[in-house]
Amino acid sequence: MSKIKNGVKRLFSNRTKTVNRSKSGNAVIFIFIGIIAAYSIIPLFLLVSNSLKPISELYIYPPKWVPINPTLDNYKVLFSLMSSTWIPFSRYIFNTFFVTIATTVLHIVIVSLAAYPMAKHTFRGKKLINTLVMYSLMFVPAVTDVVNYMTISKLNLINTYAAMILPNAYYTLGLFLLRNYMTTIPTSLIEAAKMDGCSELGILRKVIMPMAKPAWLTLVILMIQNMWGQANNTYVYAEKFKTLPAALSQITTGGLVRIGAGQAVGVIMLIVPAAVFIVNQKKMVETMASSGIKE
Amino acid sequence: MKKKKRFALNQESTSYLMMAPFLLLFSVFTVIPVFATILISFTNYNVLETPEFVGWQNYINLFVHDDIFMKAMSNTLVYAVITGPLGFIMAFIVAWILNDMRSDFARALLTFIVYVPTLSGTAFIIWKLIFDGDVYGYANSFLMSFGFVNEPVQWLTTEAYILPIIIIVQLWMSMGTGFLAMRAGFSSVDRSLYEAAAVDGIKNRFQELFYITIPAMGPHLMTAAVLQITSMFANAAISENLVGSPSTNYAGHLIIQHLNDYSSVRFQRGYASAISVILFVMMIAMNKLVLKALDKVGR
Repeated sequence: MSKIKNGVKRLFSNRTKTVNRSKSGNAVIFIFIGIIAAYSIIPLFLLVSNSLKPISELYIYPPKWVPINPTLDNYKVLFSLMSSTWIPFSRYIFNTFFVTIATTVLHIVIVSLAAYPMAKHTFRGKKLINTLVMYSLMFVPAVTDVVNYMTISKLNLINTYAAMILPNAYYTLGLFLLRNYMTTIPTSLIEAAKMDGCSELGILRKVIMPMAKPAWLTLVILMIQNMWGQANNTYVYAEKFKTLPAALSQITTGGLVRIGAGQAVGVIMLIVPAAVFIVNQKKMVETMASSGIKE
Repeated sequence: MKKKKRFALNQESTSYLMMAPFLLLFSVFTVIPVFATILISFTNYNVLETPEFVGWQNYINLFVHDDIFMKAMSNTLVYAVITGPLGFIMAFIVAWILNDMRSDFARALLTFIVYVPTLSGTAFIIWKLIFDGDVYGYANSFLMSFGFVNEPVQWLTTEAYILPIIIIVQLWMSMGTGFLAMRAGFSSVDRSLYEAAAVDGIKNRFQELFYITIPAMGPHLMTAAVLQITSMFANAAISENLVGSPSTNYAGHLIIQHLNDYSSVRFQRGYASAISVILFVMMIAMNKLVLKALDKVGR
């Protein structure tokens, strides 16, 4: 017991050595964070555990927290279902990787080109663009779905990769975060580069981008998270252009027998963004430090 | 003097050129569509026939004749009023606690734990097993083993439970980018402020929080609020996958589902546009309201 107490005390001892932290306060905080952590992690634990259960164990009372005979059957079922799909399953995997990577690269190029002038130049219409970008963060993209469908079909882009890439590539949150981060870069550096005869593109490439690395890496992560899990793209009907989540959700809606496989899909779709986040957590928080809105 | 002026003009056109790709996509897929949606909402456009101007008819139909829309509206309001503030406060308290922790490892681990449910659009299907309607569901077996209920509760099809379950799952997924903005906000507060405050007689961490931290991180709180409100309204997947669309007596029907229903199932695009406009106005109004309130707190 005293060990736990000591642990808690060490966990919350005042880093800044200013105000004293009361013991009872620590206890309340410890319980609160425990509850929140349990709320977050228990469902995910159950997700993993159920994906490892054989079908017989999914229907026993009371339901077990940990599988009695853990098995990879659910994952194997996925693979065997994969081999029986209409088009080769590798195509779905290729589509997902292609669309995710292409959108991410295009996003970084488009948004960094726009963020630099927005952060460091003065020009007419800057305030208006700023305001429009701010407003675009305030509503869900679904609001414009009706018109976007018309645009995409008028441009003859239904059933193309472009229909999946273009509407996502300009993601305004990305511009907002990168612009804010770039404003913290000292202007004197840019002026020095200008003296050396650097062009604006050269400044962006050689001065700004290296310094804004945490910010654009954060955009890479946000975009991967965004694109990796995107299941229902309304602009693509042809099976050969569909992505992994779309294919997997078709597999798992195939009835009771597939409940375990459904959990396996949940685990698979979680692994990639979770791994990316673990590696880059620090950079993301660092980037968000300059994300404040000034009214 | 003359040379300098030309340089300024040059820089301006360079700026426009650099922003051109962004501005093109942003206008084509966001700015123009918003205005076009408003125009279409006054027509009876149904994809096949040429749209015809019908005035306010779509809006009148929505508010006077469409009972399901009114249900969706009230569901969405209840959902937003509970999920919004609760999610925001929860994220705030967690970020605050994490900021106070000394161990970097514990902080990184807890950040990961609370953030990870937002990472995947499919992981929430586990809640289907938790709230399963037979005895094999975790919630039912838990309640039955303690004798709170005698027979399994049909969580996902009983009207009274549907909206609360959607709220529980949405809260589970609410520690997203907004939460990270808050965490960053806490760590960017100037440390010397705390030292000065201690000298000035601030006694405990609550006083510290209300007099120093919250005013200092106002801008981050605003960002977090905007991001959270938007993601809360965007999430139609929870309701669609857990309780079905439509759910029992439309108990879990949200405006965004009503919109999807009319735009991509019934192809009544004029009507769907009217729903879009109402959703748009609601979201902007809610965001503006929250920003105003937070701005006051920040002062």
